[in-house]
Amino acid sequence: MNTLNVRKSGLSTTVQDSGRDGQYAIGMPPSGAMDQYSLAVGNMLVGNPDGAAALEATYIGPELEFTDSRSVAVTGADVGVTVNDEPAQTWQTLRLSAGDVLAVQQVRAGARPYIAISGGVDVPLYLGSRSTYMLTGIGGFEGRALADGDRVPLGAPESAVPPAGTEVPAELRPELPDSTVLRLVVGLCAYRLTERALESFLDTEWKVTKDADRVGYRLRGGSLEFVEREQPFGAGSDQANVVDLGYPVGSVQVPGGDEPIVLLNDAVTGGGYATIGTVISVDRDRMAQARTGGSVHFEQVEINAAVVARQERRARLEKARAAVATA
Amino acid sequence: MTAMELQLPPARYEFGGDEFVFVEIDREMSLQANLKAMAITGALRRENIDGVIDICPSNASYLVRLDPDRLHPADLVEELRRLERTAGVLDNDDAVQTRIVDVPVLFDDPWTRETLMRFRDRHQDPEVTDLEYGARINGFPDVGSMIESITAAPFLVTMLGFVPGLPFCYQMVPRERQIEVPKYVRPRTDTPERAFGYGGAFAVVYPVRGAGGYQLFGIAPAPVFDLAQRLPDFADDIAFPRPSDILRYRAIDRDEYERTREEVEAGRFRYRIREAELVPGELLADPDAVNARLLEVLYR
Repeated sequence: MNTLNVRKSGLSTTVQDSGRDGQYAIGMPPSGAMDQYSLAVGNMLVGNPDGAAALEATYIGPELEFTDSRSVAVTGADVGVTVNDEPAQTWQTLRLSAGDVLAVQQVRAGARPYIAISGGVDVPLYLGSRSTYMLTGIGGFEGRALADGDRVPLGAPESAVPPAGTEVPAELRPELPDSTVLRLVVGLCAYRLTERALESFLDTEWKVTKDADRVGYRLRGGSLEFVEREQPFGAGSDQANVVDLGYPVGSVQVPGGDEPIVLLNDAVTGGGYATIGTVISVDRDRMAQARTGGSVHFEQVEINAAVVARQERRARLEKARAAVATA
Repeated sequence: MTAMELQLPPARYEFGGDEFVFVEIDREMSLQANLKAMAITGALRRENIDGVIDICPSNASYLVRLDPDRLHPADLVEELRRLERTAGVLDNDDAVQTRIVDVPVLFDDPWTRETLMRFRDRHQDPEVTDLEYGARINGFPDVGSMIESITAAPFLVTMLGFVPGLPFCYQMVPRERQIEVPKYVRPRTDTPERAFGYGGAFAVVYPVRGAGGYQLFGIAPAPVFDLAQRLPDFADDIAFPRPSDILRYRAIDRDEYERTREEVEAGRFRYRIREAELVPGELLADPDAVNARLLEVLYR
């Protein structure tokens, strides 16, 4: 089996695919690439089937030595890439040979670069997915982030791989603003907030704290009031507590009233804090590229807008597919 | 027959973005709310609807994860409303087929005690242990009486979640005999694996080491989660507890704890499990009689 030699692992680089379904009811989140759009386009550029496993880096990318010929594409965050110390393009099919070294540097904008490799990362499937879930150490490469010296198995490439230089045009790459707009369906236990608190939540420019990872993003910038109530039986005495319930991926909770947490791909699946709304699935791609020190704000949308946004992403992916196919 | 149905408000339907639908059966916890959530989610599972990915019954609510490319969330809500009318009207005579399990717990153990002492600054009452605090605010004369109360009647698994395999357990006694404690003021960043905790009206066993906000009362020698599936009880699933399981927490001493740990380490441990039938009407009418019968089934 051919492997990829990890010369430097980067800050936190994990194997991710489209995620793990069907385990939420026992308390296992889906994991998977935080920015699914960038993963999907990366796979297109190297001729992989949708949902093949790739590497997701965080802020500082890895340095990887190849042991055979592969096509590679780096998508996601805006980042400098070199092949054998020579600058190389992102959002483009690169051709590497045995002994070549791909280095993904520190991001300039965004947070997470994706490194897709023809043949895909071929770690064993666990419960239907190759995604890493670090909390319990499952999936991915030994259930953990890559470390220097790891040898990561690669699969057999598809027969038809786009030629080197195949590119996805700039308008089909995500914007990476300093301030990220996240569309939110308000609901769940939003009744726990006063009307003013909900308005203020939507008006606030929230700062992304340093506690921002695959589990969730903690935000700061305002404080929110709960409607005073006698706590219902079983909830616990704090005003932020509810009878423990399921948390949607993307849901927002406000434990102390002053530090909203957006739960993401590796989050806990349930608990006893009031949730006040959910970031729509498409905008988790944007959240994935929001970084510590950057800011986000929430824009309320109805469910139909969320479904339409999802269709638009699919249409955009098809445009990217067409661009890759005609190159 | 529908006396317990009348106590529940109509369910509340909420979109958790486009990939989830959250349904709140009631804001407060009750056996009835959980039984209704279990009945509706059970019926939904049998419908086998394309686009439904995960069905997660929770204590007094449930959550459904869906693929909005295949199923519009609004259509799913319509279907769930229909199921509330058909499957959600419980007949108190309908028996729930389940299993009752003996779950040994070493209360007031050195490991959770060491952990809770490290996080006193996050607790309601830094001067006492979690057990002492729980006993006091629930009106027990001492810690021993509260432990007796926890072990006297079994618990229903009303939800799995938080982390893989964690069972939320609700004691099958009338509300006035339920123990209720707050969660930590600020959650701990550490909890030992297999810690037995209590928060709100729920008892849990923490499957893995990690953060947690429940009061720490003890530790279980046997796992509820076994990633390697080494123990026979985990042959089919990495998580042992299932929704609607009945767990009886039994206080053990340090000797039994060590013996059980050895069995677990050697891969020989098996939970004591018996088939059981739960009739909601009987449980609501005379919980003590039902619990006595369940314990007899478990230990005879």
